[in-house]
Amino acid sequence: MNTPIRVLVLALAIAGVAACKKEVVKPVDQSMADTTTQTQTSTTQEESWTNPALLDSKPCLVSRVAYFDYDQTTIKSEAMEMLKCHGKWLAANPGARISLEGHADERGTREYNLGLGERRGNAVRDLLLANGGKSEQVATVSYGEERPICTDSDESCWSKNRRAEIVYTAKQ
Amino acid sequence: MRLSTHLMLLLFSMILASTPAVSQQLGEEPIVINRGQDASVPVAVVPFAWEAAAMPDGTAIDQVVRADLNRSGQFRVLRKEDVIELPARGGDIKFPTWKMLKQDYIVVGRVQTAAGGYRVEFELHDVLKQQSLLSLALPVRPGEFRAVSHQIADLVYEKILGVRGAFFTRIAYITQKRLGAGKFENAIWIADSDGFNPQRIVWNAEPFLSPAWSPDGKSLAYVSFERQGGHTIYIHELATGSRRLVTSFKGINGAPTFSPDGSTLAVTLSKSGNPEIYTLNLASNSLTQLTRHFAIDTESAWMPGGNSLLFTSDRSGKPQIYSLPVSGGTPERVTSVGEYNARVSASYDGRLLAMVQGSKNVYRIAVVDRQRGGAGAVRLISPGPLDESPSFAPNASMVLYAAREGNRGVLYAASIDGSVRQRLALPDGDVREPAWGPFRQQQ
Repeated sequence: MNTPIRVLVLALAIAGVAACKKEVVKPVDQSMADTTTQTQTSTTQEESWTNPALLDSKPCLVSRVAYFDYDQTTIKSEAMEMLKCHGKWLAANPGARISLEGHADERGTREYNLGLGERRGNAVRDLLLANGGKSEQVATVSYGEERPICTDSDESCWSKNRRAEIVYTAKQ
Repeated sequence: MRLSTHLMLLLFSMILASTPAVSQQLGEEPIVINRGQDASVPVAVVPFAWEAAAMPDGTAIDQVVRADLNRSGQFRVLRKEDVIELPARGGDIKFPTWKMLKQDYIVVGRVQTAAGGYRVEFELHDVLKQQSLLSLALPVRPGEFRAVSHQIADLVYEKILGVRGAFFTRIAYITQKRLGAGKFENAIWIADSDGFNPQRIVWNAEPFLSPAWSPDGKSLAYVSFERQGGHTIYIHELATGSRRLVTSFKGINGAPTFSPDGSTLAVTLSKSGNPEIYTLNLASNSLTQLTRHFAIDTESAWMPGGNSLLFTSDRSGKPQIYSLPVSGGTPERVTSVGEYNARVSASYDGRLLAMVQGSKNVYRIAVVDRQRGGAGAVRLISPGPLDESPSFAPNASMVLYAAREGNRGVLYAASIDGSVRQRLALPDGDVREPAWGPFRQQQ
């Protein structure tokens, strides 16, 4: 009796997937990701690592930004779980493609910071590859200090700007 | 009494509040002077007499000359309100007056009608010797009064100091304007050396970086992010607006700089996996890799003669300046003072190097004199905290650099000894990455 409804839901889900396939996913604030988590865990019955909806519901996949210390390119421990999840997603979805955007804060020179941004992108890439991603799935692009999240000249901004963002150019 | 004090304060604060707008309009930004022992040359520039038939075009030649000479730090030009006589010719100068005002030199002039527009005649006199040093007539087409004023400043500068003036030159710089959330207009501009006559060369929603002049002043090389997923280097011909795509390899395509003869572009490419210095022969398009190191190697600058390059590398842990023969070899470290040294450029004679020197939160412009040893060899010429992109005037008398004030970038011109600096009068918005162009042909 509820079969037609299920079919409809499935059709909508597929339409939804098709619609957002090329969408550039913006980085989500960690605190927002945490609230999404609680509502989502209760509704998700079981995880399917090939269902694109998981990318927008599972907290470690919703989270897409790794932050760095000043002049450092070492991945911090708090980003590890997130990067393992995205590595697992790449492994489960061979068609998935990621653009890693590396960024620096405004201190220091612009071209050197372009190099620093690339190193940060590459550090994230290496971890994604170590966790199941394939090199053809991941491309790094550095924006240096040219795309700040915020523009005040203090650590509150600088810490948000020193980052590498995971941008899905193809989800599956 | 009390009331009038309040009223005065109110009036005073109103004047203060209105000052920036007025100075923006007039382009008369305040000059910051830090000199102790004042070795600058006192000179009087008398307002030029208008003897032409047509109405004046509004450019006060004396004002442009005065601002140029003051900005160099090497002159101390008599304030306009202290110019108490207005001679227009050498024969009209009463030398005792200018001697009393403690002036070493005096510039007088006049504008006359001539074929095709105007003729500016000017004279430079030595006040103590009561002697004419220079007497020239320059043709001017309508709308070129600022250009001819800069040329007069150059001629006065050269006659007194024995060094070619660099006021009749152009600068390039980048602006970023926020249009809305996440939306920007990025643009590359060129302007006169004092920031006047800005012309927008190219603009895009994506950032530009590192404008670099060709030695003939006809083209700019720069980095653009306009192509999805990467950087590209273009050479842009200013007269025609036509662009040549020079490199678009995977990864970084950055830090272009022309060799002194214009035949070769030094660039930073990360196609091998991390940033390395390459030279690109612009005629044959052949690429030569100069550095091979896992460090970040970038921001190359040519030494005069074109046989070696300076560049930034963090191979020792922090960014420092290294030098390398263009024919190849092992890089040698150049900087020894300071935790962070980057983005070097060399003066035309190779004697002076300007760079960004810093530590964690403070970055200032340092000028290194390679002919001097010890502590006196390094001079910090800007206050920080986030100064960058130093660029020498073609006569090495001044350095142009970018600074941050509040949430916006501004440009400063500083004298080479740091004794004087002045913010350039540029439109609002975030301004960065100035590059001082080469000498221009005199008109």
